[in-house]
Amino acid sequence: MHALVVASGPVIPNFGHATGCIANDNAFFCTRWVREHWTDTLQPALIQHLWLTALAVGIGFVIAFAAALVAHRFGRFATPFGIFSAFLYTIPSIALFQLLVPVTGITVTTIEVGLVGYTLLILFRNTLAGLRSTPPEVIEAARGMGLTRGQILRRVELPLALPAISAGVRIAVVTTISLATIAAYITPYGLGKPIFDGLQINYHTEYVVAGLLAIALALVADGVLVVAQRGLTPWTRRRVAV
Amino acid sequence: MSASQTAAEIVFDRATKRYPGRTQPAVSELSLTIPAGEICVLVGPSGGGKTTAMKMVNRLISITEGDITIDGTSVRSLDLAELRRGIGYVIQQVGLFPHLSVGDNVGTVPKLLRWPKKRIRARVEELLELVGLEAADAERFPSELSGGQRQRVGLARALAANPPLMLMDEPFGAIDPIRRAALQDEFLRLHNELRKTVIFVTHDIDEAIKMGDRIAILQEGGVLAQYDTPDEILANPANDFVERFVGADRGLKRLSLRRVGDVELEPAPDDFDGPRCSPATSLRDALSLMLTEGARTVLVVDDDGSSIGVLSVQRVSDLLHEEVTA
Repeated sequence: MHALVVASGPVIPNFGHATGCIANDNAFFCTRWVREHWTDTLQPALIQHLWLTALAVGIGFVIAFAAALVAHRFGRFATPFGIFSAFLYTIPSIALFQLLVPVTGITVTTIEVGLVGYTLLILFRNTLAGLRSTPPEVIEAARGMGLTRGQILRRVELPLALPAISAGVRIAVVTTISLATIAAYITPYGLGKPIFDGLQINYHTEYVVAGLLAIALALVADGVLVVAQRGLTPWTRRRVAV
Repeated sequence: MSASQTAAEIVFDRATKRYPGRTQPAVSELSLTIPAGEICVLVGPSGGGKTTAMKMVNRLISITEGDITIDGTSVRSLDLAELRRGIGYVIQQVGLFPHLSVGDNVGTVPKLLRWPKKRIRARVEELLELVGLEAADAERFPSELSGGQRQRVGLARALAANPPLMLMDEPFGAIDPIRRAALQDEFLRLHNELRKTVIFVTHDIDEAIKMGDRIAILQEGGVLAQYDTPDEILANPANDFVERFVGADRGLKRLSLRRVGDVELEPAPDDFDGPRCSPATSLRDALSLMLTEGARTVLVVDDDGSSIGVLSVQRVSDLLHEEVTA
């Protein structure tokens, strides 16, 4: 009751000098606020966000890749792995983060476990589909030339799976960047923090800018991955009609 | 080049392939000897086990009973990778590695055998030239090639480590008839030069007659119906199955095996007026020419236009008849 009375009063955001557009009109985009809070709020949040995403996709990739290799070699594992990763994907994100709190506490670990869980479905499915995409005659020719199973995997199947794998990584990165903003609900970390803060005090600029940064991060990351994939798979770009 | 011999003798000794749950074997006690350096064509209808028989040699399909030896060594006694690296393998769909350049495709087996890079590069260049491609093609990807070019690369890749034995599974089956004939001719020319032992699978009797030094005709259940030279099979089919399989025009097919220049000709009259052909023409084409022109004889002339002699319809008929009854 008491707390409500306090909150109902005019809240002066704790954002430094309340002058110009910061104090008066609560514009959707106050450039000066962005300038003043780039180093103490936005930049650290952006770097944290990048870190959250890289770690989640990195760990998710290692797990999904190992699972896909096992499923490729022993086909009977493909369905159980697929069902498990799909099950994880269906859990609503806030519920999953909340469920993990009793286990891993209000920590970044909780966020990471959740984010990793959501990357598994797309990474596992795409990696497995990529490994299975090698044309049968290519495998037959490879076997006929005396390549061992391991050599076929390393020299033929994995390179040919690269386009599918990188498509999966791109989707995983973009969805994780988006999903990681929700993570600030558990612990104030990443671009979710300024978004939640801005929404809470109804200060438009803060959540608008943080949201735009998340979008920009997703676009840049996707662009970098596209360029990387093209560099790694030169054969996919050369086609001559004959 | 390695000191290894250029060709190997292959012996099938009652080689049998049985699949569990099937009463009839896929290949049934196949016994035949392929002399070193010859092209043996396995031909027959689908279900005849010709591809199965071929794949038992490099053990892509395991042998149930019996044995196959390469220069006296059982294929079962060799390490699988070692065995296959010593056998050139060409398939209809080629199976080039799409992510590797033509050069890297051709250099696959030498790389597995750990040849030095320089030697691989030189070998790739040599092979591309041998199969009628250019050295610059080494940098291209398979997706940039035509079907015929891809099969040439497939052939070069199979020849890379200079194996004494080549297995070819309908290698020209997916190529249009005109380019197929050109590739067949080139392969025969190449074989003349390299003299490797070749096991060649096809379902096309005409291709078998053209390519084979010997033909093994397999019938339903992988039973060997006849194993002989093309001429002998066409002249004396071993049973009704072979006779049906080679076709009612087997006489004409036999004629296609011989050239006009190889038979004894009659002296040419001074005032000959009629069709002409070169000594390299097959008897079949010469006969066709006479029938088309409504002539009873054809004049055989050299490249420089001087006449060698005259071939008549009667002579062609006699030749065929003599040899069939002989």
